[in-house]
Amino acid sequence: MRKLTFNGVIGGGLIAALVITALIGVFWTPYDPSALGFTSRLAAPGAAHWLGTDEFGRDVASRLMIGARASVWIGCLTVAFAVVFGTLIGLVSGYARGWVDGVIMAVNNALLAFPGILLALGLLAVFGANQYGIIFALGIAYTPSMARVVRGAVLSLREREFIEASRVMGNGEIYTMLRHILPNCLAPITVLATSMFGWAILSESALSFLGLGVPPPAPTWGNMLAAGRPFIEQAVWLGFFPGLCIALTLLGINLLGDALRDKLDPRMRGLK
Amino acid sequence: MTGSSLLSVRDLSLAVAHNGNQVVKNVSFDVGAGEIVGIVGESGSGKTLATRAIIGLIPPAVRHAGGTISYRGRDVLSMKDRDLRQLRGGEIGVVFQEPMTSLNPSMTIGRQLEEGLILHTKKSADERRAAILDMLKRVGLREPERALAAYPHEFSGGMRQRIMLASVMLLKPALLIADEPTTALDAVVQRDVMELMVELTKAEGTAVLLISHDLPMVARYTNRFVVMEKGVIVEQGTTEDILSAPEHPYTRKLLSSLPFRAAPRKLDMSRTPMVSARNIVVEYPGRKGLFRKQAPKRALHGVSVDIHVGEVVALVGGSGSGKTTLGRTIAGLVQQTEGEILFQGRERSADWRDYRLNCQMVFQDPYSSLDPRMTIQALVEEALRLVPDLDGAAKRKRALETLEEVGLGGDFSSRYPHELSGGQRQRVAIARAIARRPKFLIADEPVSALDVTVRAQVLELFSDLQKRYGFSCLFISHDLGVVEQVADRVIVMQDGRIVEQGDRDRIFDQPQEAYTRKLLSAIPALDLNQTGGVTLKWRLEA
Amino acid sequence: MIKFILNRLVMAIPTIVIVSIAVFTLIRLIPGDPAALMLGDMAEPQQIAEMRSVLGLDRSIPEQFVIWAGNILSGDFGRSIVTDEPVLHLVLSRFMVSAEIVVIAVFLASLIAVPAGVIAAWRQNSLTDLALVGTATVLLSIPTFWLGLLLLLAFGLKLGWLPVLGYVPISENWTAGLLYLVLPVMTLVIHEMGVIIRMARASTLEVLRLDYITHARAKGLSESAVLWKHAFKNAFGPTWTMIGLILGNLLGGIAVIETVFTIPGLGRLMVDSIFQRDYPVIQGCLLLVAFSYVVVNLVVDLLYPLFDPRVVAE
Repeated sequence: MRKLTFNGVIGGGLIAALVITALIGVFWTPYDPSALGFTSRLAAPGAAHWLGTDEFGRDVASRLMIGARASVWIGCLTVAFAVVFGTLIGLVSGYARGWVDGVIMAVNNALLAFPGILLALGLLAVFGANQYGIIFALGIAYTPSMARVVRGAVLSLREREFIEASRVMGNGEIYTMLRHILPNCLAPITVLATSMFGWAILSESALSFLGLGVPPPAPTWGNMLAAGRPFIEQAVWLGFFPGLCIALTLLGINLLGDALRDKLDPRMRGLK
Repeated sequence: MTGSSLLSVRDLSLAVAHNGNQVVKNVSFDVGAGEIVGIVGESGSGKTLATRAIIGLIPPAVRHAGGTISYRGRDVLSMKDRDLRQLRGGEIGVVFQEPMTSLNPSMTIGRQLEEGLILHTKKSADERRAAILDMLKRVGLREPERALAAYPHEFSGGMRQRIMLASVMLLKPALLIADEPTTALDAVVQRDVMELMVELTKAEGTAVLLISHDLPMVARYTNRFVVMEKGVIVEQGTTEDILSAPEHPYTRKLLSSLPFRAAPRKLDMSRTPMVSARNIVVEYPGRKGLFRKQAPKRALHGVSVDIHVGEVVALVGGSGSGKTTLGRTIAGLVQQTEGEILFQGRERSADWRDYRLNCQMVFQDPYSSLDPRMTIQALVEEALRLVPDLDGAAKRKRALETLEEVGLGGDFSSRYPHELSGGQRQRVAIARAIARRPKFLIADEPVSALDVTVRAQVLELFSDLQKRYGFSCLFISHDLGVVEQVADRVIVMQDGRIVEQGDRDRIFDQPQEAYTRKLLSAIPALDLNQTGGVTLKWRLEA
Repeated sequence: MIKFILNRLVMAIPTIVIVSIAVFTLIRLIPGDPAALMLGDMAEPQQIAEMRSVLGLDRSIPEQFVIWAGNILSGDFGRSIVTDEPVLHLVLSRFMVSAEIVVIAVFLASLIAVPAGVIAAWRQNSLTDLALVGTATVLLSIPTFWLGLLLLLAFGLKLGWLPVLGYVPISENWTAGLLYLVLPVMTLVIHEMGVIIRMARASTLEVLRLDYITHARAKGLSESAVLWKHAFKNAFGPTWTMIGLILGNLLGGIAVIETVFTIPGLGRLMVDSIFQRDYPVIQGCLLLVAFSYVVVNLVVDLLYPLFDPRVVAE
């Protein structure tokens, strides 16, 4: 039996809740998220609108559900992008060594010198501020971190005797890479991908908050928070609930990440 | 027991805090003033925990579960923290196994040595400095003045262990606990450090509690020792008594696990050698910095080796001798800079595929040589992947048979490496290497990571398999005891060159070179007697 | 030692070169003709062609890069399309505002969080540890822009203790300047504390396992001497590197905080320039942040031997 940890249960629960909410949001929301309600502008949370309404009378809860979908979607695609390209680059770099590695890592380190969100900002100027622009921008911004971690894992695995054993057996480089190195890189990749999912959701909402993300009227947590900012005094719920959603999601991811790290990190294994 | 009792441990039990499992059970022993007492046991015997309890330093996950420890009549277990700290260092010093990690890397040697003096003596700064310099000189540091301001990473393992010894002996403790003090060191250095330790403690009248897995080493330096197995003391008495007439089956097992010399074999040396390496030179390119270019480092200076059909050739030497590099070069893991390697009389590159199929390797570390994500069966089957003329079913059958042969039949096949012990893993590694029925095997320190009794079993398995399949073998080891048991011929290496080579009996009985003699002086010659005991004889006192 | 310093300095050069190439490429990739953009909608094709030759856009890309790099090296970052101010001056003045906030915040956060992390590690699995780690994980999960808004609502609007929006340079009015800094700095401190506590705890745990800690105890040293004299110095290295990374990352990510508190910093400048497609300024911001990131990490690297003398030998 696998032991469930407090971190794993709470973190997993929060993330499961997020994904389920996003899925439900695809088929059903309490109200039409874009229906304007001129009679119920800035209504406080209550029986009719659980989490209140915004300045156009739109239901906040419904919009948050749609926003969850955007967050999950953007998070997943960004992570997928970074994992695929980061792993590829990391594997090639760590396995090739020599000048190939030198060049790839020099470029990689230079890209790492741009704080993630800044690089994303610059790339958004190229791709344009929309959902897919964000995914590309964040994906490119995160790829260097993934590449670095995978390369590190490959380099340390290369020193392990089972890789030499594979060479002594006469196995080819590609076979060794796919059969022995890649499967053993999965642990650090998973741990980092989990954190990245959190970074992506946070960055997306930060960019939307800045007005550079998904443009309104499509709701995302970030642009809802930004839209609620002028009303912070009269209608605190407009900014409060989107922020809470982001915070709970990040908490879930951080806890889940800790649980995964404890489970997958070989250095932690055996100490308990 | 000589002298009055300094330390007295009675019925000590220690248990794992969260499940109550006793890891040390009712352990009792005494150490008299100025006496050297040994504790012998394999990993998991509880020997280290029992001795940590003496200075009140058991890990938080372990709790005291009964018994007493008294030092000079005072109960250690009920001591206040402050009194305990007085005891540590001042009265009881400890030397640990791992010299690479037991000194603080970010503090100068001088400061680390001074710390204890400040704590336990009232010496002035000048007196402290003088005492430290004197002690560093006594442990054999050439430039003690310079060492004061140096950091640990500037010294070799052997030197660090001397510094550790200095730091402990500086406080003139009444008892020194030495926990595997030389295990991490090279064979030749081991001896020097042990002699130094005995000399220093004798001069200061310090008693020593010597903890080790190495029975001959303990026997050599102690008058009395204790044998522990799984948390229990199974036997204790004078060294002479235990060695000549061991009572407990476990002690007998330990003694019979010591490597012994097998009868010499007659081999046909007239045929073409299975493998011959000629004038092998290996250079590692120097690091190219921006400001300097290092000259390339030569690991092997033109070494030639022949391994005949069915012969086991041992390659021995200390670290840095080039023995591992030579093995890896012959295995094809390192490219030689000069020289050629012939397989059955032909340059091996003429048919690389054939060479690969017939040359296999067993690695040192069973924890790192098996892919953790594959089952045992998959690991062995993978070795057959490139073997021609075997279909899937035949490969599976061969893998299972081979596992059976190394004693891992039945449900072992579906397990993962982390579910196996070190010895079992090494059996898997051997199975993987012989599954192809190679003509030639390279074994790089195949048993040095294993416990004494497990080592004996694995060596036996190795010899059986070698006899059955008749493969030639290059057996690399720093442990001459092991070599004496398995090798037909011995090659001694030092600094990338061959110092001496010859038939095993010739090398062990009439070594010609000083270096070979020095290596041999570290291991005993064993004579088994009828009662299951042994007589240890030390050859060629240096 | 000198070799170590020179080595690190030289190693930073390729990074800076590649960073410059990356910024140059990025700016070229932005859709639209800069010349047309600078002249506005009413420009004649001929004017645009003239502008292109003034800007050097009619030359080959490598040539353009050499000219561009030469200008950058001589301190000429161009002029803002919107305000016609020299970019370097504009970017630097805004940079000082952001740097002030970030440096104060990271300093304060480290001051609290590093000891907290060390203590959590020392008391591993105790209630203190669980409480500290739990708090850290929650703090780290709170998005800064949300936390900032809530703090602004609580201390600025409801309690009225602190000014809500805007910025006064400390150099102009010392006390008012400080008051305006409190909320943004507090927001960052709270968030970064979470990150630093966890890092300091993890690296201390790593060190506490090592033999020399047991050896220090076996010498008879007190727990506090073991912790602060032996464990802390060795454990601080990784945390120190982390603090450097945080500094650099915050310089780039501070835009949201500046937006919340309407502070005229570098982040806000960058965002506004993206809206206005003012890419001499975008380019200036990117270059400056990336360079300062490289410099911060260089300084962190150069000071690292203070905590671990082994790095000099490698």
